[in-house]
Amino acid sequence: MLELKNLSFTVSEETGSEKEIIRGVDLVVPDGKLVVITGPNGGGKSTLAKLIMGIEKPTAGSILFNGEDVTDLSITERAKRGISFAFQQPVKFKGLKVIDLLRIASGKHLSVGDACLYLSSVGLCARDYIDRELNASLSGGELKRIEIAEILSRATKLSIFDEPEAGIDLWSFNNLIKVFEDMRRDIRDGSIIIISHQERILNVADEIVVIDGGRVKRRGSKEEILPTLLGSASVSNFCTGAGNKEDV
Amino acid sequence: MKFDEIQLRLLDEIADLHGVPEGAYNIRSDSQAIGRRSTEHIVITPKKDVSGIDIEILPGTKNESVHIPVVLTKSGLKEVVYNDFYVGEGADVLIVAGCGIDNCGTADSEHDGVHRFFLKKGAKVRYVEKHYGSGSGKGKRILNPVTEAYLDEGAEMTMEMVQIKGVDDTERKTIASLKENAKLVARERLMTHDDQNAVSTYEVVLEGENSSADVVSRSVARDDSFQKFDAKIIGNAPCYGHTECDSIIMDRGRILAVPGLQANHVDAALMHEAAIGKIAGEQLVKLMTLGLTAEEAEEQIINGFLR
Repeated sequence: MLELKNLSFTVSEETGSEKEIIRGVDLVVPDGKLVVITGPNGGGKSTLAKLIMGIEKPTAGSILFNGEDVTDLSITERAKRGISFAFQQPVKFKGLKVIDLLRIASGKHLSVGDACLYLSSVGLCARDYIDRELNASLSGGELKRIEIAEILSRATKLSIFDEPEAGIDLWSFNNLIKVFEDMRRDIRDGSIIIISHQERILNVADEIVVIDGGRVKRRGSKEEILPTLLGSASVSNFCTGAGNKEDV
Repeated sequence: MKFDEIQLRLLDEIADLHGVPEGAYNIRSDSQAIGRRSTEHIVITPKKDVSGIDIEILPGTKNESVHIPVVLTKSGLKEVVYNDFYVGEGADVLIVAGCGIDNCGTADSEHDGVHRFFLKKGAKVRYVEKHYGSGSGKGKRILNPVTEAYLDEGAEMTMEMVQIKGVDDTERKTIASLKENAKLVARERLMTHDDQNAVSTYEVVLEGENSSADVVSRSVARDDSFQKFDAKIIGNAPCYGHTECDSIIMDRGRILAVPGLQANHVDAALMHEAAIGKIAGEQLVKLMTLGLTAEEAEEQIINGFLR
């Protein structure tokens, strides 16, 4: 279970003034739930995800993971305690191969066969990818799917996905929904946080949290929240949705 | 032939050898040839006037290899060795060189290998050369290799040069000349540490029509080390040439990249790329989210980069 208590994050701007990105967020992500965080662009969603992973440090408040205060723990320590993070913009590496990343992610010497299972589940023909370098020769959509395969191979208690649909083509998007449906089905006592604007991803959620202006504006079950969002700026249909580049 | 422990360790580092290799070989230790074997198609003979060997590979020799590792285990040795390879028409062989120096003493140890390759029409060579240094002595481990390659029509040569650890001072010089349809691929991987110094200079002349050269260096300079990569390709005919220097800089390391292209023909297509920078912070963060410490992440990134 993840608990955010009065979490705040402020940055100093070039002009010398301070800008509050996250303002006193209280939030509980219970075990066994898939929670989608949505809201308008610039509302603080991605920052919130980075605060949970430890990539950014909060200026106030605390983060509890399974009852332990992890606010002052490093990224590595949080990862070891069971938090995973799929980046919105996957990072490229010269020389490191797909199989290397899957092995680092899973924390063991994965067999090629096992690594292929993770790649297949994100719709990649595994044999073609396993020895590819994670460099610019892969498209944005391919990198994104590999990023998600890494999270699957980690199988941690908490998985965070920061806009998994960004940069993914339509075919992969359908596949992605299935990945999240499968994760939801096998969730047991783990939990999943997805940052997303997409109606179909919102549809997989147990709970939806709307973040706007750095605060929790609304939260509740999908049935309660989704109808209030449809047609608003904070949700988009994939085919017509803004902010999705098909680059595969 | 028996090896002592230091010889075995050095041979393993530079040529993945755990004993006497298959095929033709010449093993040199502390300025003496301690083992040599010719085969039906590959004849090794010692030079008479200077230190070194002639290696003649008969035309049409396929799927054979030559190992010519060199190890230095005594402090204060200094040698210059001349090895000439005559590769016959249509031959296709693997040549594994390499030098390992273990210096526990106070005097410098130095091996300067001058390798010349004469590839006849359609010959193919894969040349692998690893350099390695070890030993806690104050004496330096110095390697100054010179590689010359002369490629006739349609000949192809791939060079893989690796120097990852322990060599204090290196001045590498590679020159090549290519006739029609000949092809040269050079891959250099280098890591310097402490106060090491490494200079690598290339001068590749594309003389023949449709000849090509691809020279790529990946390097890491850490601690107080210095590297210079000076790669020049000269195109005298319709040809294709590419050089690339891709470097990671760490600590107080310094790197100078000097790419040079000279086109003497209107259809010479020459290109160079050079990039020097530190490890990207986002790469470290990404691997830390997978559970690695910052140090482990750095090691993975460098190992991958130099692979």
